[in-house]
Amino acid sequence: MNKCESPAAIDLFGIHKWYGDFHALRDVDLTVRRGERIVICGPSGSGKSTLIRCINALEQHDEGRIAVNGTTLTTDPKSVEKVRRQTGMVFQSFNLFPHLTILENCLLAPMQVKKVGRAEAEELARSYLEKVRIADQARKYPGQLSGGQQQRVAIARALCMTPNIMLFDEPTSALDAEMVREVLDIMVSLAEGGMTMLCVTHEMGFARQVADRVVFMDAGQIVEANSPTEFFGAPQHERTQKFLRQLLH
Amino acid sequence: MALLPIEAFVLSKEAPARPPPPRGQIRWRKTLFGDAISAAVTAVIIVTALFVLPKLVQWAVVSGVWTGGPSACHDGGACWAFLREKAPQILFGLYPPNDRWRPILVILLFLGLALWTMPPRHWSVATLWAWAVGVAAALVLMGGGVFGLKAVPTASWGGLPITLLLTVLSLSAGFPLAVLLALGRQSRLPAIRVLCIGFVELVRALPLLTMLFIASLLSPLMLPNGLSIDNFLRALVALTIYAAAYLAEVLRGGLQAIPRGQYEAACALALNKWKTARLIVLPQAIAKVIPPLTNTIVVTVKNTSLVLVVGLFDLLSAGRAALADPVWPAPYTETFLFIALIYFAICFSISRYSLFLERRMASEGRQ
Repeated sequence: MNKCESPAAIDLFGIHKWYGDFHALRDVDLTVRRGERIVICGPSGSGKSTLIRCINALEQHDEGRIAVNGTTLTTDPKSVEKVRRQTGMVFQSFNLFPHLTILENCLLAPMQVKKVGRAEAEELARSYLEKVRIADQARKYPGQLSGGQQQRVAIARALCMTPNIMLFDEPTSALDAEMVREVLDIMVSLAEGGMTMLCVTHEMGFARQVADRVVFMDAGQIVEANSPTEFFGAPQHERTQKFLRQLLH
Repeated sequence: MALLPIEAFVLSKEAPARPPPPRGQIRWRKTLFGDAISAAVTAVIIVTALFVLPKLVQWAVVSGVWTGGPSACHDGGACWAFLREKAPQILFGLYPPNDRWRPILVILLFLGLALWTMPPRHWSVATLWAWAVGVAAALVLMGGGVFGLKAVPTASWGGLPITLLLTVLSLSAGFPLAVLLALGRQSRLPAIRVLCIGFVELVRALPLLTMLFIASLLSPLMLPNGLSIDNFLRALVALTIYAAAYLAEVLRGGLQAIPRGQYEAACALALNKWKTARLIVLPQAIAKVIPPLTNTIVVTVKNTSLVLVVGLFDLLSAGRAALADPVWPAPYTETFLFIALIYFAICFSISRYSLFLERRMASEGRQ
């Protein structure tokens, strides 16, 4: 790669990860370009959550190289912090801070980590809460909101750190059916805004609509990665075909 | 197999929402006499009250002596006149009578600070500073020696101010220590973990009385000649260590109840370990353990009464000292009732306040 060229958003090379004796990730390679939107799917236990949790060092990979915006993740806390400042993460179980109001949830990290002033942080928080259409709930506590609303706040909270990469770990799996749409709508508008996104999800409609690439994982490996049209229209690997058949029936 | 024909249903008439039927009085009757056991318990309580109350009223009110000197009291009735005479001595111990305005001011100061701190909207760094300044002012007021105040050695302090000072100081010094101990128990460094566990287990395994004796008898032997630590300080150190060990265990329970997702969310937002602990984990952990925390605080208030064994005149020992006056008959019951009432007022207020906090947090959906 040319040195003047800006580095890939995410570069994974030969990633291995074990939980005890269990080989959770086996030699995973993946390069995510800037602005690329990737959906990772696969059966449960296939390592897709582990993979994206390795990218912001919530899990430590045992072998291989992870680089985020050119920063290589090492055991050095500085590299970890640098990567985490540039990546936002949305969890399946929202993980909002229940003792803080919606607004305070969004203010905490910008003010404490990035040392942004209160007024500026609040302006930013309000604009993102507006964007996820929940600004009117700013003074409430997370426990007073529905699941869909909480997940939208969680997206706003991550965005308040102005990351250039967003990681989604099954963001709609804990939601009632009628709330999935409101969260997906926000994710679609985020994708249309040019955010680099890596989403672990079972929402194949979302994958068809916004993904540049769909990555199918099974047993700790990437089995197939392709554009949504090719992936859904003409899956190559037999395990992909089997997974898609099960999904449709 | 033939299925039953399906009977289609479509709502034709809306059932309007209406308020629930009245049940206030019915609930009372149900609670007291709803079943055989409740009825029996209620009956026992009523009969006992009918038996005991008249005697109590007779002793305390009808035959009670409210005014007069030592000779006015007699066997049949309560000697409230004694308390009227001795209340200052019970409340302030051996403190110089001419300077009693100083302990009075200390009590008012603590009362004012406590009342100010109660509404959660007053919780701030400024309030914390107000307490620091308040405690320092209380110590200066009691001890004197500056600003033209006559110096009063701790040996002459006594009564309620000692109880309040020991409680506030041991809790405010013990709490940060407890936080460190509780966090240290979760540390990844084995040396720190073992040290914290060892400290907590050792202190919990010793009776407070033993620790007070050790503090007062052993420490002079271990310190170089001529150097002595004030009795008050010795008792305070023992109480602080004791409170810290128990508070640490209470906090540990709260820390263990914090879901892993909270740590992960904090990590993902690039918060460091200390900020995660201070801003995310501890506030939630403390909110989760309000009931056992209240318990430990109330126990600490009452534990201060044990300092009488090291020669400090707290509320209880000041009361006992007042009873030693040979001029008066010694009305133990009345004196201890008076002291019990003060302890009860303090501890019951703390307990009601903690209930208020719990309800408020629940109503905001914070839990």
